[in-house]
Amino acid sequence: MESKNSEKAKESDGDSAFEQVARAADIPIYAVMAAFREDPSPMKLNLGFGVYRTEEGKPLLLNAVRQAEQLLVNDLSADKEYLPITGLPEFNKLSAKLIFGADSPAIKENRVSTVQCLSGSGSLRIGADFLAKHYYQHTVYLSQPTYGNHPNFFAAAGLAMKTYHYYDPKTNGLDFQGMLQDLGAAASGAIVLLQASGHNPTGIDPTAQQWEQIRQLMRLKRLLPFFDCAYQGFVMNMDADALPVRMFVADGGECLVAQSYSKTMGLYGERVGALSVVCKTTDVASRVESQLKLLIRPMYSNPPIHGASIVTAILKDREMYSRWVTELKQLTDRIATLRQQLHLALLDRGTPGDWSHITRQVGMFSLTGLNAEQVAFLIKEYHIYMSPDGRINMAGLSSKAVPYLADAIHAAVTLV
Amino acid sequence: MVAAVNVSRFEGVTMAPPDPILGVSEAFKADTDEKKLNLGVGAYRTEELQPYVLDVVKKAENLMLERGENKEYLPIEGLAAFNKVTAELLFGADNSVLKEQRVATVQGLSGTGSLRLAAALIERYFPGAKVLISSPTWGNHKNIFNDARVPWSEYRYYDPKTVGLDFEGMIADIKAAPGGSFILLHGCAHNPTGIDPTPEQWEKIADVIQEKNHIPFFDVAYQGFASGSLDNDASSVRLFATRGMELLVAQSYSKNLGLYAERIGAMNVVCSSSDLAARVKSQLKRLARPMYSNPPVHGARIVANVVGNPALFDEWKAEMEMMAGRIKNVRQKLFDSLSAKDKSGKDWSFILRQIGMFSFTGLNKAQSDNMTNKWHVYMTKDGRISLAGLSLAKCEYLADAIIDSYHNVS
Repeated sequence: MESKNSEKAKESDGDSAFEQVARAADIPIYAVMAAFREDPSPMKLNLGFGVYRTEEGKPLLLNAVRQAEQLLVNDLSADKEYLPITGLPEFNKLSAKLIFGADSPAIKENRVSTVQCLSGSGSLRIGADFLAKHYYQHTVYLSQPTYGNHPNFFAAAGLAMKTYHYYDPKTNGLDFQGMLQDLGAAASGAIVLLQASGHNPTGIDPTAQQWEQIRQLMRLKRLLPFFDCAYQGFVMNMDADALPVRMFVADGGECLVAQSYSKTMGLYGERVGALSVVCKTTDVASRVESQLKLLIRPMYSNPPIHGASIVTAILKDREMYSRWVTELKQLTDRIATLRQQLHLALLDRGTPGDWSHITRQVGMFSLTGLNAEQVAFLIKEYHIYMSPDGRINMAGLSSKAVPYLADAIHAAVTLV
Repeated sequence: MVAAVNVSRFEGVTMAPPDPILGVSEAFKADTDEKKLNLGVGAYRTEELQPYVLDVVKKAENLMLERGENKEYLPIEGLAAFNKVTAELLFGADNSVLKEQRVATVQGLSGTGSLRLAAALIERYFPGAKVLISSPTWGNHKNIFNDARVPWSEYRYYDPKTVGLDFEGMIADIKAAPGGSFILLHGCAHNPTGIDPTPEQWEKIADVIQEKNHIPFFDVAYQGFASGSLDNDASSVRLFATRGMELLVAQSYSKNLGLYAERIGAMNVVCSSSDLAARVKSQLKRLARPMYSNPPVHGARIVANVVGNPALFDEWKAEMEMMAGRIKNVRQKLFDSLSAKDKSGKDWSFILRQIGMFSFTGLNKAQSDNMTNKWHVYMTKDGRISLAGLSLAKCEYLADAIIDSYHNVS
């Protein structure tokens, strides 16, 4: 028997079936993070990945989440049976209420299909696949710039992509005219990806008045809004951060919404999110939902229960919900303070340029305006790691490190 | 205020049919008859027909909570500790494929997600290559390959005349397939038939696969559930690995660790060199990223804690034997009830020969419908019943239903 097997092993010593498989290129931000991990410098700063860190630089498990998990573990009636393809029903209801508002006409009229997905990513992918299969327009407009992984979801779904002006490097603010121009020139019915609040990577959000103009233009051009909501509660407050979505829903029109609880509940690795499709009628919504199921089943059958159970426990209990909102406020206050400290530190050093965008920008990120060479300089000389596009994660900063970062930026701007 | 236009953009979207397997549970829930029995989904139930969370799983979750572990993003390829133990569980910790680092292991969303990753790899790197699936096979296999745009065809497997394996047909169809095809094999406890090749037959299957330069593609969703032994149930995969063959293996912990809703599994690709394995792993990551960015942590940690802890691992083996044992007992009782009640002389012994969670009753669609409509017994239309959802107490009722459907409905 043994000799037979070793003979067979020899026979199969020929070419591998996988010979043509090349090594995939590193994803830029992952490569940066790997370099950070390997950097022995005690001064190193990780401002790359979009994850919240405490003042001590540690990951944070929210108390509300810990409490919810304890409840779940103690619940003897809880089981791990397959969720429906569309996920945990209570989670879906509560998520829809959270983003659309409890008194949303779309919810009251039962014309929203909400399905649990794997965080924002999974929601965007299923939404993209749905549009590729069932929507007549196959072009999606993404902001210039946008979150690094956005193009991948739409490319995988086979949709064509275009960009609309968004970031104005001259002002480090919103290129509103450019945005309106591009959306105005878009083909009728095209899909437009909008970030509801805490724009990643720029930190620049349109004002309420600007959103109203965007809405009017998009409805005129029959453009289909697809909202990415990863920061509801992380920017100003729960309702204000959902305002753009609610404005679009209020006019009776249709839209898609991807929600993520990764940052707002610190549930990153649990992969919790939801895709909502706001439709004209109940009948359309139920047909849409049946088709979403057909897309989900061959991808992963049904979504993971743990994170959704945590979210449900928090959203449905008044006390736990309040606790969560209070904790969120502490996180966002810390980020706001850091923004002020960094801005002040740069003013103190007389660093050339206008750095007011640091406090004007909102949410987790700041697009510093540093160019590629300056970013490389910061990594090499100061061991400060950020996205290649100059985006820094404010939530990865500590008050103690602000002077060091300010020194580094000053050096980069004056020497490079 | 500029309002939106009146007609829905999605007006043309048609209502999709319910999922043939998962839809059964929905129909069962809606049924108010007290005699109802859910033998649809392959989910383990206790004798009291309650869902079962394994003791080791509860212990692991308590440990995890005590440690206060954070919920940071996993790498795209998943939890390293999980990937290590899952490959060891499958191949055996001392297997040369592991020692030589020739296996690319990536955490996937249970069996479905792992199969989908493999399908995406095939579509991208083996354009035009076909996957051969058994006739019949798990209902979702074809959906996965369809959505991944991988062509597939069937190889003969189930022989209704013998209610056994059509081995000649299977070998002939694998031989006839274009060289370099992917052959989807169930590692153990074939779903839906419960019919597994013998060790000798596995050798012959490996022979013809090597001869035609095909690539074996294993779906292992029931390791531990077939014989009660985790190692024995992996023997088909290990046989192929020992021959030095390259292979794909999708794993699921839904059934054997009862982690259905946690969506935890893995895709393993055994390559002929460690460099190839690294390259394949990098591409699997690239395919996973636009699906969900990175996989869920909870189930992975549970598996890593159970399989990686000798005490918990032993406890798990005992619970595994208990679950497989209950199913064997139910199988026996069902056979006994059928034999006692059926006066026609029909030979029901195929039920005893079938392995794993399911029994392929041989009932056709009309007969299966009768099971549901008249007897409130829920099963899939291909005649498959999940013995995991059957209790000793219900065996006689089920036997009555099967006998009636088989003899009185055509």
